[in-house]
Amino acid sequence: MRHSIRIAVGPVQFRIGSDWAEPIAALGRLYAGYPQDDARPAEATVRLFAARPWRRWLRASVHIGGDFVVPDALPLPLSMGLLAAEMGMNLQVALGWRRHMLLHASAVAKDGRAVVLSGESGSGKSTLAALLGEGDWRLMGDEFTLIDPEGGDAFAFPRAVSLKNEAIAEVVARVDPARLGPLLAGTPKGDIRHLIPRPGAIAAMHEPARPALLLFPRFGGETAIEPMGEGEAFVRLTEASTNYVALGEAGFAALTRLVRETPAFGISYPDSATGIALVEQLWAGTAP
Amino acid sequence: MSAVQTFVDLLAGRRDPAALAPIDWDGVIGVARSEAMLATLAHQLAEADVPPAVAALFADQRAAAAVAQRQALWEAEMARRALAPAGIEFVLLKGAAYAAADMACSAGRQIGDLDILVLASDIRRAENDLLKAGWEWVKSDPYDDAYYREHMHELPPLIHKTRDRMIDVHHTILPRTHRITPDALALMSDAVTSGSDYTVLNAADMACHCAAHLLADGDLQGGLRNLWDFHTMTRDFAAADPAYWGELDGRATLHGLQDAVHRAARLSRDLYGATLPTAWDRPDSTDGWFRRRLLARDDWGRVTDPLLEQAFYIRSHWLRMPPAMLAKHLWTKWRKR
Amino acid sequence: MTDRAYRAAPPGTLRIEPLGELTAIFDRRSMQTHLVVSPMPEILDAIGSDACSAATLASRLAATFDLGDGDVQPILAERLSELAAMGLVERA
Repeated sequence: MRHSIRIAVGPVQFRIGSDWAEPIAALGRLYAGYPQDDARPAEATVRLFAARPWRRWLRASVHIGGDFVVPDALPLPLSMGLLAAEMGMNLQVALGWRRHMLLHASAVAKDGRAVVLSGESGSGKSTLAALLGEGDWRLMGDEFTLIDPEGGDAFAFPRAVSLKNEAIAEVVARVDPARLGPLLAGTPKGDIRHLIPRPGAIAAMHEPARPALLLFPRFGGETAIEPMGEGEAFVRLTEASTNYVALGEAGFAALTRLVRETPAFGISYPDSATGIALVEQLWAGTAP
Repeated sequence: MSAVQTFVDLLAGRRDPAALAPIDWDGVIGVARSEAMLATLAHQLAEADVPPAVAALFADQRAAAAVAQRQALWEAEMARRALAPAGIEFVLLKGAAYAAADMACSAGRQIGDLDILVLASDIRRAENDLLKAGWEWVKSDPYDDAYYREHMHELPPLIHKTRDRMIDVHHTILPRTHRITPDALALMSDAVTSGSDYTVLNAADMACHCAAHLLADGDLQGGLRNLWDFHTMTRDFAAADPAYWGELDGRATLHGLQDAVHRAARLSRDLYGATLPTAWDRPDSTDGWFRRRLLARDDWGRVTDPLLEQAFYIRSHWLRMPPAMLAKHLWTKWRKR
Repeated sequence: MTDRAYRAAPPGTLRIEPLGELTAIFDRRSMQTHLVVSPMPEILDAIGSDACSAATLASRLAATFDLGDGDVQPILAERLSELAAMGLVERA
């Protein structure tokens, strides 16, 4: 491939190849502060490609490929090449990673212990994590949290945070503009802007944290906290994991231990400030 | 050297993994994934001197393949529970058979659908019993459905409604419309019991089926993996039985698969370093085309030479059905797109 | 309808973990996770190592639980066939 870049996020080493220079350049700027290790082989491959040679220039549209592909997926215009790269990276990890149990969850850590926020797109997990990460928490990741099947620790996957729609303004108001990627307006997921995690979070990306609080956030609606039983938490987390089934008994053991050892709550909140307050309140209740 | 050639050389033991640079591993891992052989490579290099990140990846892959293999063999067990009460006997084919018989190629091998062979006379009852036990038809359009029943060598695909896994029930090993017609009755009546109590094809028939699947059946997709299966099984069968190559020749003749079996053997020699008996060890000028197709992957795991790929797609359909039908089938296929 | 007999999974094949109101069962043969509620765990417990019909099961369970006055045999027969569909028991 004509243009390429190698990026390490948490334990995953990516190589990303592209028929165009622009997405690679954009990735280079977002991930400039991440550790580079040229001696480390890549275990995940992403390809951004043109379906036909002339589609590199004529109505350039970016197809997402790599080790794993989604058949019949629609391409994106070149202006959203960065989004295509992000989706490609997510896909390879979601479908191919086997070293840890993968949860669709954000996570932040303090003093070696972690809050894990599990939810779908729109649940608010990414925004809450990003805002907590701008306070006195270490951001571990906004999209995926990795759980070590053997020891039970949570590991970070601190990619560039994907802020969507209203969350963009909230975060932009609080951070140095140098930490923000370009505005991608009108994508299939709405407006998107990437936030580079703080240097401390990037530097600590290999440090584990012990899960101490499990939250299932729901943005919008009355403020509420609902304790969640082990059984329900187990079911919801199997739905939130892309590789639970592939891990066999190790996955079963890891998830059983996680729900037995970690208090779980559903929370709903009308705005970020309330959401953060709920997290802090429940965190105080888990004091060791 | 290209990544795909390095990959093949590593499997064949012709290349020392310790000599690879980190950047070489990018390509080898990518190609191995695209050929669904990363766990196979992980087994072959389990004791080798590789970088720590590669060793960790290989360990992940071996563990994941073991889980996947249990899941695949469970499908065989559930099929047995569905078909045994009615006395319907079946023979395990391909990946599940290799796993049930604990063959070398099963180490790290990805198994897709469950493939079983039943007597043509049992196929209706097998269909009914599987439907009763929770399998259902994969949704398809009436043209594909009719095509399958009339011309293919299997029922339309069935998928289990809760386990979400597919089973393919065959009554011959090549389509009815194929130019070559293996002896299905002989395949079943001469089948043997594997270590884990499943019935599998005998050693010679297994290699015949593998070669048929590799060359006469398909368009060489997954060719490197199928060829690896052929290479390791013939190597191990021959090591256990000095008369094996002769038996294989005999069965291949019975099934009309001599060309496919001999070509598979020569390709195993060329790519994986197989040692062949003299009578098998001839050069053949048409092998080059097949070698190029098998090795047509670039360092990013993409299939190269799409024209070659298209030629193989047409060739595989030509083999499967009379030309008049071919034109009609491809036209209908194109229209639906 | 004949009262079918079923056999339990061999010892060591099922890993059973109670999780509050649910019971999670991992089947080491299939690598599947099953989430069940009562009376499934109690039924699995009562099947024992021999072939067991719904009638036998009813009498075993009645020894420990209050099954009420109705005819539980058809209900247990249904539960057994569900467990068989999950692969957790097998027709004997």
